[in-house]
Amino acid sequence: MNDQSNAPRGEPGNGAPRTTPVKSAIFDDYTLSEIRRAAATGLYDIRGGGAKRALPHFDDLLFLGASVSRYPLEGYREACGTDVTIGARHAETPLHLKTPITIAGMSFGSLSAQAKEALGRGANAAGTSTTTGDGGMTPEEREHSNLLVYQLLPSRYGMNPDDLRKADAIEVVVGQGAKPGGGGMLLGQKIGARVAEMRTLPEGIDQRSACRHPDWTGPDDLEIKIGELREITGWRVPIYIKVGASRPYYDVALAVKAGADAVVLDGMQGGTAATQTVFIEHVGIPILAAIRPAVQALKDLGMHRQVQLIVSGGIRNGADVAKALALGADAVSIGTAALVALGDNDPRWEDEYRRLGTTAGAYDDWHEGADPAGITTQDPALAARLDPVAAGRRLANYLAVMTLELQTIARACGKSHVHNLEPEDLVALTVESAAMAGVPLAGTDWIPGRTG
Amino acid sequence: MSDGITATAEAQANTALDLTTLSVREANRALQSAKGGAFRLLNPGGKHALACGLSQPVSVSIEGHAGYYCAGMNQRAEVTVHGNAGTGLAENIMSGTVRVTGDASQSAGATGHGGLVVIAGNASARCGISMKGVDIVVGGDVGHMSAFMAQAGNLVVLGDAGPDLGDSIYEARLFVRGAVARLGTDCVEKEMRAEHLDLLRDLLARAGMQADPAEFRRYGSARRLYHFKVDNAGAY
Ligand SMILES: Cc1cc2nc3c(=O)[nH]c(=O)nc-3n(C[C@H](O)[C@H](O)[C@H](O)COP(=O)(O)O)c2cc1C
Repeated sequence: MNDQSNAPRGEPGNGAPRTTPVKSAIFDDYTLSEIRRAAATGLYDIRGGGAKRALPHFDDLLFLGASVSRYPLEGYREACGTDVTIGARHAETPLHLKTPITIAGMSFGSLSAQAKEALGRGANAAGTSTTTGDGGMTPEEREHSNLLVYQLLPSRYGMNPDDLRKADAIEVVVGQGAKPGGGGMLLGQKIGARVAEMRTLPEGIDQRSACRHPDWTGPDDLEIKIGELREITGWRVPIYIKVGASRPYYDVALAVKAGADAVVLDGMQGGTAATQTVFIEHVGIPILAAIRPAVQALKDLGMHRQVQLIVSGGIRNGADVAKALALGADAVSIGTAALVALGDNDPRWEDEYRRLGTTAGAYDDWHEGADPAGITTQDPALAARLDPVAAGRRLANYLAVMTLELQTIARACGKSHVHNLEPEDLVALTVESAAMAGVPLAGTDWIPGRTG
Repeated sequence: MSDGITATAEAQANTALDLTTLSVREANRALQSAKGGAFRLLNPGGKHALACGLSQPVSVSIEGHAGYYCAGMNQRAEVTVHGNAGTGLAENIMSGTVRVTGDASQSAGATGHGGLVVIAGNASARCGISMKGVDIVVGGDVGHMSAFMAQAGNLVVLGDAGPDLGDSIYEARLFVRGAVARLGTDCVEKEMRAEHLDLLRDLLARAGMQADPAEFRRYGSARRLYHFKVDNAGAY
C-alpha cells in the first residue's frame, strides 16, 4: 500500500491536477432540490405561471418584410386596421374589439379585487375585453369592464343566471393550456371569507375543482349545452369554447360542430394561478404547434374567419401577436404578460421576494397568496399595495405598445389590416419550428413534413 | 300572439304553448318574458332546454317528456314535467321548484344553488353533482356518483343509492332510506340527530313524499380531504 491509496478519491496526494466537478445534465440543481422537497413533504409541487422550460415558440419565426416583390405601407401614414369582431356566427351582439389582444380569464380569488379592477380599466382604455374565471363574476369586475366574458367552468362556482345575462360573451372552459385535463386549484391561504362564500366552500380549505363538466360529456352533449346557454341568454351574446392545446385539429372541429362562435386555444406555456408543476411542464403542446392544425380545422369546415380563433400561451409582445395572426388566428389573449404590466414580479419588491426564498422574475408561488406586488393575493394589506388606476394605466400603455408593434410588422409586410398577415410572410429559424408552424426553414423552401 | 299560443278563458292564467307549432325559442321567449301566470307546454317531444332560464314566479306544466337541461338555471318558477326528463334537469337551479312525475336522467339538479327539485321516479348517475345549496328529493333510486363533490344543500333518496355516493363531498347532507351500494371517498355515515329528523321531515313534506324520517340514514363529509396531506394520498 502506498500513500495514494489512503487519499480521498479525486484528491491525489502527489499534486496531480484535479478534474472540474461535473453536475449531471439530467440531475441538475433544480431536479435535485425537487427530489429533496418531495422527500421532505410527501406532496407534489404546486405553483403558478406557465411552462418554464425552453419550448419552440414565436421567437423561432421571423417575418420576411417587403422589398421588390412586395411593397410596404408607410408607417403612421397609411392605415393598418387592428379591429376584430368576435362572435358574429350566431350571436345577435358580437364583440367589437379595437385591438386583437384580449385579457384572458383569471378569477377573483386567484387575483385580488384591485388586480381585477386594474385589468378592467386597462382593457377599457384599449377597447378590448376581459374575462372572469373560476369563482364567478364580482359586481366590481362587471362595473370596471366594458366588455366582460363570463366563464362557465366545470366547477360552476358562483355560476348565476343573472350574471350570465349580464355578460357580453360566454366562454365554456373545457381546458387550459397549463393543464389540459385538469381542474382548478385554489389553496386554503386564498380561500378567505368572500372567496369561500362566492364558491360555497368552507373557508380555508384546499380547493380542488372538477376537471369535467357536471352536466355534459362529449361534443354531442356540448352542442345541447350551448343550445341551453343560448336559450337562457336569448341568442344575444357570443359563446366561446376554450380548450387547452393538445389535439387542436379535432378539438377545434368539435367546438365548431358544437356551435361555438369562437374558439380559445391555450398553449402549454399558458399561465395558471395554481397547478401541479408536473402538469404545467409535461402535458399539452406549445401554442406554436397548435395554431396551424386549429386553422386547418376551421378551413376544412369553411369556418375560418367565421368562427374566430383566439390563441394564448406565452404572448409577450407585438411580434408574438403578429406571428399568431399570420398563422391564422383572429386574436390573442394574455394572462401572465398582463399581470407583469400591472406589476407582478417587479424588482422593486426584490427584498421581499428574497425573504420568500425566490427572486424577482422567478416568483411563482401565486397559490400561496403572499404576493409582494399585491396581485395574486387575497391578503387585504398586500392587495392594497396595487393602485388599480395606476396599474390599469400601465396595462393600457402596454396594450397600446403591443398594438403599435403589431401594426409596425403588418405595415412592413404591406398589409392594410393585421388580419392580412399570412404564413407566407414567415420563415422559421429551426427545423422544429418550421415543422410546427408549417413555414419554410429560413433560406430554404423546406417545410418538414410537407415538402419532403 | 303567434300560432300555437292559446290563452284560455282565464287570460294569462293558463296559456297553452304547443311545441308542434312553436319553436323552443318561441316557447321559451313567452315563458321568460311572462311576469307570472300559468302555462302548459304541449307536445314537448323530448326537446332540449325547455323552460330554462326562467326568472319570474310563473308556473309551467310540461305535458310529456322533456330532453336535456329542462328548467335549467331556474329562478322562482314552478316547473312540473309530466313525464321523464333528460340529462341536466334543473341544472344550476337558483330558486323555485322543479318536479318530474317520472324518471330523470344523469346530473339532475347538478350544481344547483337553491330551490327544490323533486323526482318522483328514479334519478340516474351523478344526481346532485357539485350541488351548492339545492334540495333534491328522489322518490326512487339514484345512480352512481350521486352528490359527487356536493358542496351544500340536501339530497334525499327514498330508494337505494348507486356506488360512490358522495365522493369527495364537502358540506352537503345526504339522506338515504334504502341501501347504499358503496360510499365514495371521504363520505361517511353520520349520526342522525333530532335537528336532522326535523330537516328531513320538512323536506319530505315540501316534496309531497310520504316516508318516515326515522327510516333514513345520514351521510356526509369526513372532511379528511379538506387539506392536502401525504397520509391521504391513497384516497386521491
Ligand atoms: C393568475 C391566473 C389565473 C387564471 N385563472 C384562470 C381561470 O380561472 N380560468 C381559465 O380558463 N384560465 C385561467 N387562467 C389561464 C388564462 O386564462 C390563460 O389561458 C393564460 O394565462 C394564457 O397564457 P399566458 O399567461 O402565457 O398569457 C389563469 C391564468 C393566470 C395567470
